[in-house]
Amino acid sequence: MKRWLAALLVLALSAMAQEVLKVGVVVSATGPAASLGIPERNTFLMLQEMLDRTGGVAGRKVQFIILDDASDTTQAVRNTRRLVEEGVVAIIGTTTTPASLGMIPVVAEAKVPMISLAASKDIIHPVDAQRFWVFKTPQTEELMARAIVADMVARGVKTVGYIGFNDAYGEGWARFFEAEAKAKGLQVVASERYARTDTSVTGQVLRIIARRPDAVLIGASGTPAVLPQRTLRERGYAGLIYQTHGVANPDFLRVGGKDVEGTLLPAGPILVAEQLPSTFPSKRVALDYIQRYEAKYGIGSYSTFGAHAWDAWLILKPALERALKRVDPAKDLAGFRSALRDEIEATRNLVATHGVFTFSKEDHLGLRFEDAAVMVQIEGGRWKLERIFR
Amino acid sequence: MDATILSFLLLDGLQNGVVYGLLALSLVLVFAVTRVILVPIGELLMFAPLSLVWLLEGKLPGTLWLALALGGAWALMDRGRGALLPLLGGVGLFLLFLVAQGRPFLAHGAAVLLVVYLGVATYRVFFQPMRGATVLSLLIMAVGLHVAYQGLGLVFFGPEQFRPAPLLSGEVMVGLSWQGVLVLLFAALSLAGLYLFFRFSLFGKALLAAAENRLGARLSGIRPEEAGMVAFGIASLLAALSGLLLAPLINAAYFMGFMLGLKGFVAAILGGLASYPVAFLGALLVGLFESFTSFYASAYKEALVFLLLVPALFYQSLRARTVEE
Repeated sequence: MKRWLAALLVLALSAMAQEVLKVGVVVSATGPAASLGIPERNTFLMLQEMLDRTGGVAGRKVQFIILDDASDTTQAVRNTRRLVEEGVVAIIGTTTTPASLGMIPVVAEAKVPMISLAASKDIIHPVDAQRFWVFKTPQTEELMARAIVADMVARGVKTVGYIGFNDAYGEGWARFFEAEAKAKGLQVVASERYARTDTSVTGQVLRIIARRPDAVLIGASGTPAVLPQRTLRERGYAGLIYQTHGVANPDFLRVGGKDVEGTLLPAGPILVAEQLPSTFPSKRVALDYIQRYEAKYGIGSYSTFGAHAWDAWLILKPALERALKRVDPAKDLAGFRSALRDEIEATRNLVATHGVFTFSKEDHLGLRFEDAAVMVQIEGGRWKLERIFR
Repeated sequence: MDATILSFLLLDGLQNGVVYGLLALSLVLVFAVTRVILVPIGELLMFAPLSLVWLLEGKLPGTLWLALALGGAWALMDRGRGALLPLLGGVGLFLLFLVAQGRPFLAHGAAVLLVVYLGVATYRVFFQPMRGATVLSLLIMAVGLHVAYQGLGLVFFGPEQFRPAPLLSGEVMVGLSWQGVLVLLFAALSLAGLYLFFRFSLFGKALLAAAENRLGARLSGIRPEEAGMVAFGIASLLAALSGLLLAPLINAAYFMGFMLGLKGFVAAILGGLASYPVAFLGALLVGLFESFTSFYASAYKEALVFLLLVPALFYQSLRARTVEE
């Protein structure tokens, strides 16, 4: 009798435990990519609170298991394995491109759908046997480079110089930007590199100025992107200066001060959500996110990076609801993960903060250029909407 | 290349070179006296401007608590009369920080004193107990401290850069800011100061003696522990002052110090970790080399700068005698 009771208890407990949907999250909350990873982590903490209050998805509780990879690929891969063993239904993350690439073989082998929060196109292209399981939310360099080149052409720029990080970020931008520029008839007259930790870029800047380009693009992210721009201004460069969307955070404005006035950059529409025309599809969703985030973390605290995490959840939530109708994860976890992947791929016209997502068998980014990129200018220490492509 | 570009590159290289030079001198001094390769000197350099930024915003930086914690450990290890120095120093530092919040002049002094106190306490707590250890063990400790201080820097100051306002704004001429002139002046003054200190003061001579021959110095009444503390103190002082002067030019962040220290180390190696003038000249060479490679082949700059080590090490190994540990 006692044994029966004990067995029943175990069954009941495990049934209750299985009611919880576990979603794995890997972000870079520390290390060099922390300025991107921290708002992403904060977004999931906020989501967890919301879901606990409203009762989760389709009557089931949702639990985010959030792990920090310290901006390190090895740690990200280890975290992914741990999450797979924990029995998560999907994995969101991680913040950086190299670490996301490292996670792909692991999720493909375990057959767990993954939504990356990193930029590079290589994460989801081409959709092969491994990338079958992988989606992502942020705009690619390719998409953003298109916005920059379109803006340059519209302003009558003929020659451009490039200076970027000597790492995956800077090289990726160099590749896509130079290809797009050549395709549109622009001439790239200089292509220089510098390190995040460099204390001087005088040499590179002198070389660029000597070639007299109409515009210069700085392929860098965060506050280290200020140094080349300040050096360009100090050496008397008077042409247009472009930055990438990697600088779209308040710290860049704080360190840059008046040296970055007039800078042009491509960005996800959420950066200037309030200034978007009311017909812009993602405006309402973006304002909603900003309001929630600022209510929890303070006015002016939101960044475009946290919004990528929010978008990942906006995609995952309806997919979870649809998959739950087909398979019960408590009975068949592998079947549920596979059904969930199919449902993510079946996402159509989903309006999120950074654009409108429509996935397909060949396209695991799903963003349309016109909805996902705008050009922004820094004016009076604030982001000002400069151009939309719709 | 024309004359303008050449002069800009020379100035840029000189400005970077003198800072590497001061770091190289500190590294040589510390190595000669204590046989420690002071890897965390870059972190000490960055702690000064970052703490300053925090103070000017009216906040107490986390580095203060780190310094006080190490000071406490120092006092515990030195029980008795020896504990007076760290205790009084710690209390004084804390009071200074309380009054210096939001006051630029005091805040600069407080940031420098903090780093000096932290540097000396680092020696007392971590290196003095293992002063008999091999160079390799000391190096492992130094690398460990570098990793720890860098990690703490991220916790204390966040991932982004900061730019304190320059002491002097504006430019003397195109390509040379007043702040850059300050850096050059400071380097010249430090060189003169160090020369006078070692040449004429009893303390300086004692330090040189301790570096030259530990046992001999001990026999003539010089305590090696004290010499170690003074060496760390001087190194931290130079690092803190360079950090404060450099920060408006380069933007300070927790991750920026290591590369500066490493390039100072390359220069120190060019001088065989023994010769002060050669180390300083080596630093100028590194600075100029870096400036010119960033003009001609920016993608390979870092690799080329560190390649400078190869011929230097090769030369050292050719003329090396067996040195007893």
